[in-house]
Amino acid sequence: MDINDLRSLVTVLSFLCFIGICVWAYSRAAKPAFEEAARLPFLEDDDPVLANDHKEGN
Amino acid sequence: MQTETTYNYKVVRQFAIMAVVWGIVGMLVGVLIAAQLVWPQLNFPQLGEWFHFGRLRPLHTNAVIFAFGGSALFATSYYVVQRTCHTRLFAPGLAAFTFWGWQLVIVLAALSLPLGFTTAKEYAELEWPIDILITLVWVAYAVVFFGTIAKRQVSHIYVANWFYGAFIIAVALLHVVNSAEVPVLAAGLLTPKSYSAYAGAQDAMVQWWYGHNAVGFFLTAGFLGMMYYFVPKQAGRPVYSYRLSVVHFWALIFTYMWAGPHHLHYTALPDWTQSLGMIFSLILLAPSWGGMINGIMTLSGAWHKLRDDPILKFLIVSLSFYGMSTFEGPMMSVKTVNALSHYTDWTVGHVHSGALGWVAMVTIGSLYYLIPRLYGKVEMYSKDLVTAHFWIATIGIVLYIASMWISGVMQGLMWRATNPDGTLTYAFVEAVKASYPFWTIRVLGGLLFLTGMLVMAYNVFKTVAGAKPVDAPVLAPAHA
Repeated sequence: MDINDLRSLVTVLSFLCFIGICVWAYSRAAKPAFEEAARLPFLEDDDPVLANDHKEGN
Repeated sequence: MQTETTYNYKVVRQFAIMAVVWGIVGMLVGVLIAAQLVWPQLNFPQLGEWFHFGRLRPLHTNAVIFAFGGSALFATSYYVVQRTCHTRLFAPGLAAFTFWGWQLVIVLAALSLPLGFTTAKEYAELEWPIDILITLVWVAYAVVFFGTIAKRQVSHIYVANWFYGAFIIAVALLHVVNSAEVPVLAAGLLTPKSYSAYAGAQDAMVQWWYGHNAVGFFLTAGFLGMMYYFVPKQAGRPVYSYRLSVVHFWALIFTYMWAGPHHLHYTALPDWTQSLGMIFSLILLAPSWGGMINGIMTLSGAWHKLRDDPILKFLIVSLSFYGMSTFEGPMMSVKTVNALSHYTDWTVGHVHSGALGWVAMVTIGSLYYLIPRLYGKVEMYSKDLVTAHFWIATIGIVLYIASMWISGVMQGLMWRATNPDGTLTYAFVEAVKASYPFWTIRVLGGLLFLTGMLVMAYNVFKTVAGAKPVDAPVLAPAHA
């Protein structure tokens, strides 16, 4: 096994890792956590502009 | 629940205001060098060599990328990381050092480039003493940013911070590797002049690995961090798909690093490396458009807000330009297309569709959101002036990129045209002559964009003048 086999191996492992990330991101189990994470910027309603938006939008 | 401490907005204010100032300076130099191509006497040869196109062009690129874009990234990343981690900035002394250190880098660049000190590496022209200062500032930036993340009061790290974090790490790596250089000794003394540590094709490959990732991580990942915070905030609703943002992030990270060779098509770089760069550039279309769709769709169900919110107009149009230029980029990386486009104005148009349309527009939108809040206000002094800025800037960009598309394709076709006997149909100077009308339109486009920035400066001044700087209190997250 020479250095080029190692390089190919790293490429394949990276690709598999990426596929794993996609599967994890779209898994049912991760859904509630991601929905909560998406609300992170809105955890504080100290902003007068957005306080109005919330009443009207969400 | 309110705690006694406040967020550190001082450094955010400093960087936000300087982003506007450096934006005007950098774009003014851009308009000047665009005008020099039409009216060569504007090189001011009678004054010396200092104002020549070749000396000022790197000053323009460094000023708009690192002074304007850099200051905006520092300002927004410090703001976003504090507010999404619900904690005050880590190491405020180091944060202040990043501000003053970065301003010193910019001033040194503005002095050394017209004086002729350059490494001749595109976007990395600054000589070794400034490179060392940049490294120090950048390490301090990383300590402040990741230190803040480490002491966060929420368990999750918000996606904007992932993009900012990747931008900080990647730029550190790129800067250190590409800036490896050997200073010239004269009479036993160090001089400010240096030569690259790499030679030949390797040097070119390292340079464009750096150069393209400066686009990928400085001008894309960093500003995507901005997008993932300010678009949801201004739209008043969470990002369209958080899961897509996770896939978007990792897809970008895995592919961007390998796209650099497309800058070296048909050069001494090995053929397989060129093809590899082309393939990865084509793959990049997917994550880029995933991110664009994620940003634009955040507005779904609230499209009416676009009608009368000029800040949202800036943000959403910036995403449209992002989508446009990330379609154009992969297309131009295809070798046969590149054979026509490379070294022509098409490249310049492509860069400005990204730089003005995406980077500057998303920055301007974010700054219009940010600046009033840093001074305890709800919105900018004049909403009408924000709207005016939006339209002036948009028309400016359209004039700029349309003229460069036409002149670029024209130049490419004229350069490759041959007579039946194999000789070239046109001398190079004939293509130059044919380009003048388009270069004049480009000056007009750039002038409009600069005018928009001056409108912004006035609006910012009126918003800030007499207002007291306000540091918002650190709020414990609602569910904690």
